[in-house]
Amino acid sequence: MTQLEQLRTAGYDFLIDIVGMDWGPDEGLGVIYYLARSYDVADTISVKAVAEGGRENPSLPSVSSLWDVAQVYEREVHDFFGITFSGNPDLRRLFLRGDWVGFPLRKDYDPSVNHVPHTDETFREMDGEGLFAGDKYVVNFGPQHPAMHGVLHLRVSLDGEIVRRVDPHFGYIHRGVEKMCESYTYPQILHLTDRLDYLSGAIDRHGFCLACEQALQTEAPPRAVVVRTIFDELTRIASHLLGWGSMCMDMGAVTAFIYAMRDREKIMDIFEETAGGRLMVNYSVIGGLASDIHPNFQRRVREFIPYMRKMLREHHLLFTGNPIARGRMHGVGKLSLEKAISLGVTGPAGRASGWVNDLREVAPYAAYGQVEFKQKIRTGGETFDRYIIRLEEIESSLHIIEQLIDNIPDGSYAEKTKAVVRLPEGDFFQRVENARGQFGIHITSKGDKTPYRVKFRSPSMVLVGALKQIAPENKVADLIMLGGSLDYVIPCIDR
Amino acid sequence: MNIFLQYILLGVAILVAYAVLALILIYVERKVCGFFQCRIGPNRVGPWGVFQSVADMVKILLKELVHIDKADHVLFRMASFFVIIGSICTFAALPFARGVQAIDFNVGIFYVLAVSSLGVVGILLAGWSSNSKYSMIGAMRSGAQLISYEISSGLSLMTIVVLSGTMQLSEIVEQQSDLWFIFRGHVPACIAFLCYLISGHAETNRGPFDMPEAESELTSGYHTEYSGIQFGFFYLAEYLNMFIVAAVASTMFLGGWQPLHIPGLDGFNAVMDFIPGIVWFLGKTFFCVFLALWIRWTFPRLRIDQLLSLEWKVLMPICLVNLLLMAVVVIW
Repeated sequence: MTQLEQLRTAGYDFLIDIVGMDWGPDEGLGVIYYLARSYDVADTISVKAVAEGGRENPSLPSVSSLWDVAQVYEREVHDFFGITFSGNPDLRRLFLRGDWVGFPLRKDYDPSVNHVPHTDETFREMDGEGLFAGDKYVVNFGPQHPAMHGVLHLRVSLDGEIVRRVDPHFGYIHRGVEKMCESYTYPQILHLTDRLDYLSGAIDRHGFCLACEQALQTEAPPRAVVVRTIFDELTRIASHLLGWGSMCMDMGAVTAFIYAMRDREKIMDIFEETAGGRLMVNYSVIGGLASDIHPNFQRRVREFIPYMRKMLREHHLLFTGNPIARGRMHGVGKLSLEKAISLGVTGPAGRASGWVNDLREVAPYAAYGQVEFKQKIRTGGETFDRYIIRLEEIESSLHIIEQLIDNIPDGSYAEKTKAVVRLPEGDFFQRVENARGQFGIHITSKGDKTPYRVKFRSPSMVLVGALKQIAPENKVADLIMLGGSLDYVIPCIDR
Repeated sequence: MNIFLQYILLGVAILVAYAVLALILIYVERKVCGFFQCRIGPNRVGPWGVFQSVADMVKILLKELVHIDKADHVLFRMASFFVIIGSICTFAALPFARGVQAIDFNVGIFYVLAVSSLGVVGILLAGWSSNSKYSMIGAMRSGAQLISYEISSGLSLMTIVVLSGTMQLSEIVEQQSDLWFIFRGHVPACIAFLCYLISGHAETNRGPFDMPEAESELTSGYHTEYSGIQFGFFYLAEYLNMFIVAAVASTMFLGGWQPLHIPGLDGFNAVMDFIPGIVWFLGKTFFCVFLALWIRWTFPRLRIDQLLSLEWKVLMPICLVNLLLMAVVVIW
């Protein structure tokens, strides 16, 4: 704790992730903190902390007073490992029910104890010991609600039209991906990564491949590196289009959503031709690509770039300049730079608050080092900044693709890897910039063909935390719009 | 006995016209919205999907009326009737062509304004009796919205009453045989027309003023809990209200069923007279409906505070000044 405090004072104000660990009966339980400085997010350090109190009563001091985001990370670790963080004000279970027996990510967890599905559903369990005591009008937004992007459940305390408090409730589609990873081989895990943030599936999968390649100390051939980068950027455009469209729909403009879907369809067609998949492209593999690009790929991407530019102008005409849209977004939901850093809000939402955090520029991976690219930064931190930065990023993604598409190197598209991939012993951490922010992959390997522990850093979970912060004192309509402007994807939270 | 039969036939005719128009409007909306959104719209049931809304009607008639636990059942069932009765009563007062008008009071426009506000009661009751928090918020929004916008829509119609000197709808249409009021009334008539289109649009609860429903916020607002034909009544009334607002706009400003006449051009006027009045009426009305659809499918939704400040701080002062301006024009 003192060490972490010193690091915080030394400028490490960005807590990337807290990875809960069960090192086995000898070493016990604990966590790994990944930290960075907000002005240099490329440079990370990790701090390992072993919990005191053995397996029966493990506890660690909470760091939620140092970093706001730690609050929810610690809840997650508490949920899965049973570590108590003394000083954390709200240590309810995050994903699992309050009456769940045991801690699933511990190595000695017995899954037969819990019978799924539970039948004695009681709302008292998630009420959080009177979290809403005294609030008269508590409305459930979700898990089934037209404007919740996925099955997120927000409990909202209202005072007339004004939102007083928001309590997100996760876990409705939690699939236990991290636990599944512990019994899957590395090539099998790849298929799960596509299904986390399904809108940036290709990027997440790319990240996992990079993590494995880093561990194996191999590199994908140059052709694969460039094609992966193009795929990432196309995925990002598709995701931003959908994010833009659904935000517009949250504000009542259905036509904008259909326009976005129409343009996104072009990208899906390109994906389908080369990779077979449309949404889950399943394209990167450890050491390269699953197959070579389709002969039409370059031509169709080249055709797509001017088309998308033309359509971007149309999108601006339809929505950006609209006085109602401007009036709705103006001055609502300000997220200050300090708050964004403390909450760990990366990606477009963080950059809209003025935080230089785009890994593509500050820590270039894949082919981003070869291209001219400058990340988009806005300083307002308001809803409009978060809105417009997505459209600006589509343009910069087009610019990246433009530089790469004519320069795809010849050669093989994948390195030969062994049939059974075994990562060497150790901890590996890799981050990639997906459409919502920094997606992190932590792998602990003991040298087996399956990992010992895998943890994904979800940028979306952080965004919901930001919503909790900025939504109060706004109107109900703004709550929905702010959700759209943050553009979280629930399967990435409910791993 | 004879007059009794006449009333019954008239009632049936109005109800049939109401239902048929609703079906046509729903089809038109879906088709027009489809073209706005680069889609085709319904195209499976019948040629160009023209029977789609008939199929939907049959479906909605066959659906179960879901029983809502702990709802106030009497009010809950009654609410949808309030809405549709208000709408039908207004519909009956519309002059479709020369002599084709069921109710022709000497205070016709006053009657239209009065019975159309009956819908608010139904919406408030629906929200209150549903025992649902979403419905409640929707109903409260709707109450605030409809009552506010009634003022400026009433004021802009009064502007025309000042110009024509009568409240009788048939008389108002008759006066426009030479030149429609929107041309004859100089600037104030144009301003009143615009104000009426905006406030009328807001009264129909359609985007960008669809806060009471606001599907992305309140799932469906006041009619969240309704099902089957009870929901169908709200749906029908919403579409017909759009038609009624457009019809009132064309009656008051665009000459109703009167053909387009330009004083001095007798040949042109004679040609225009060959087109029957009902075609003129429906043509103008559907033009206004198209404007409403265009707005609906282009703009995002306002926020409730913006909506109310638009009415109280912008529209109503404009309408009041405009009424004064019209009085000055008439005196001159």
